[in-house]
Amino acid sequence: MAYVAVKGGQYAIEESIRRIKYERLKDKRFVSVKDIQAGMRLMIDQVMSEASLYSKELAAAAIKQGEGSLEEAVFLLRAYRSTLPRKYYSIIVESDTMRIERRISAAFKDIPGGQMLGTNFDYKHRLFDLNIENETLEDIEKYVKEFEDNIEMMEGTDEYLQFPKVADYLRQQGLLAEFPINDEAPKDVTKEQLSFPTVRSERLQILTRGMTQGVNTLAYASLRGYGTVHPTVAELRVGAFPIYIADPVAPEDEEEQYYIGEIKVTEVESLIPVMVQKDEGKKEINFAIGYGIALGQNETKAISMSILDQTLENKDSGFPTSDEEFVLYHIDSVEATGFISHLKLPHYVTFQAKLNDVRKIKRGEN
Amino acid sequence: MHDKYNFAFFDEGSKKEIRRTILKAVAIPGYQVPFASREMPVARGWGTGGLQITLVCIGQDDILKVIDQGSDESVNAVSIKKFIKATTGIKETIDTEEATIIQSRHRIPEEKLREDQILVLQVPTPEPLRNFEPSEARTKELHANQDYTGAWLMLFEQIMKYGNISTGADHTVRVNDRYIAVPSPIPKFDNPKMDNSQCLILLGAGREKKIHAIPPYTKVKSIDFEDMPFKVEDFSDKVCHECGSSGVFMDEIINRDGSTIYKCNDTSFCLKQKERGRLNER
Repeated sequence: MAYVAVKGGQYAIEESIRRIKYERLKDKRFVSVKDIQAGMRLMIDQVMSEASLYSKELAAAAIKQGEGSLEEAVFLLRAYRSTLPRKYYSIIVESDTMRIERRISAAFKDIPGGQMLGTNFDYKHRLFDLNIENETLEDIEKYVKEFEDNIEMMEGTDEYLQFPKVADYLRQQGLLAEFPINDEAPKDVTKEQLSFPTVRSERLQILTRGMTQGVNTLAYASLRGYGTVHPTVAELRVGAFPIYIADPVAPEDEEEQYYIGEIKVTEVESLIPVMVQKDEGKKEINFAIGYGIALGQNETKAISMSILDQTLENKDSGFPTSDEEFVLYHIDSVEATGFISHLKLPHYVTFQAKLNDVRKIKRGEN
Repeated sequence: MHDKYNFAFFDEGSKKEIRRTILKAVAIPGYQVPFASREMPVARGWGTGGLQITLVCIGQDDILKVIDQGSDESVNAVSIKKFIKATTGIKETIDTEEATIIQSRHRIPEEKLREDQILVLQVPTPEPLRNFEPSEARTKELHANQDYTGAWLMLFEQIMKYGNISTGADHTVRVNDRYIAVPSPIPKFDNPKMDNSQCLILLGAGREKKIHAIPPYTKVKSIDFEDMPFKVEDFSDKVCHECGSSGVFMDEIINRDGSTIYKCNDTSFCLKQKERGRLNER
């Protein structure tokens, strides 16, 4: 009866709470929020993406408070998000306005603008660096200076890189279906309960907020055998979008928009072969686009999202990855980890009720 | 914390939105009204539905009681009470009769609730047909068509397999002769307290984003069969080891020597009875 005694429970809980802080501080060292922000870039990106709150500072502070647990950091930020009044939706961003840092295509070798590798672990052997422990500030400063001098020599100034999209090229060739631009306001699942069948904007929103490993797992299952969507990555981009909001007094006036900052995202367009029924029983193969986007640099997640976007478009495959309730209800970090962890709560009453039934049945009573 | 966050945590826009959901739920007894459930500083599955209801209903003059599985001092109760207190500064109590809002996980208190009180129950799974039909789209249709075969079928299967109803807690109820609903995982012992209750009962499921309500003086019937009527857990031969009460829901406590004793599950009720006993002795 340790944690629900008639009296004394409250005291035990207070002591347990004091202990959390002690565990974080007992070595008498701490990481500053600035250190986390400087050295844990990808962790911050993952937290911002799952929390759906774009703030590196807040994400770093949440990681600190959560002692590096991502589910805890995401949880803290989501809860904080609930207290913020939400007054505006941004003006729709055309994704070809991205200021590109990295851009690759797995579909074509030569793409207009060229492949641009940017940064990624992909091109490096994952050899554990046994010297990383001994890094000094002096080493760091030297490395950074050399690198930056070199860049200035090669590139001169910062240019705002914008490239045409690979998918547009395929569209011109008639290999991708043309769709009219759809600027309908997306349904916001944080403001409105999901109802089925969902619209695509709801699905994309849930996928992009999804638990990174959860999104990856389901996409992998589909890729490997349960749904067999094997996409070709037409284009993966990492870069920044400028975000504007309309003037509340003159919402139509394009001159009166306010720039509120930029967000870094990873965007993926995957090509997935689909069969198209033609006249007289003829069939044709065409390509459909699976779309993935995630706050920060979250490449595996964005690709996985593009796969699930496509599996959910094709609802009749019979695989669980095409069942929208199966996918959309189960990949949110706060919901999944919360419900699983509730199993640690006392269930004395519910279990007593069950016990009562089981004993009755054993005695053969009714 | 109090001065950095708004009164009762939410911004006023969010409060209004959730209050509208509650009003709709009261207007359609037993119907699960979808709402844009907010992420809370308490984990999903730890009472976030109930917590959101409490936060939007609470005012500065309210007196709050929070219980978890009958206890005022259990982890979940302590945590929720601390949070509401930190963001509102309102008065709290363990006395069921003194409270104006009672948030509870899996129990209805032993003392009878009145018209001027609100009972908020935390709901893990608000859909009574979920075990029968996993799809939300289909269960919505079943409710619309009042096709509740599945609910009775589940009972029937239990009787066929085990010779008895084995629903444990969360035994499905029919509200106002229309919607079937979950009473939240309260033991069957508490189901009859919902019928024609004087107090308003609000049930919130945060993770599943649904709110349903049992307005005061509403008919609530636990589903059953004519030849296999609904029965509550029987503790009639048990007496509370602490206060001597009987006829209440009991916790079974196993002593180190393997023997078993029983105690009132409703701890504040138990303390009160004990106190009364002591006064009578004097």
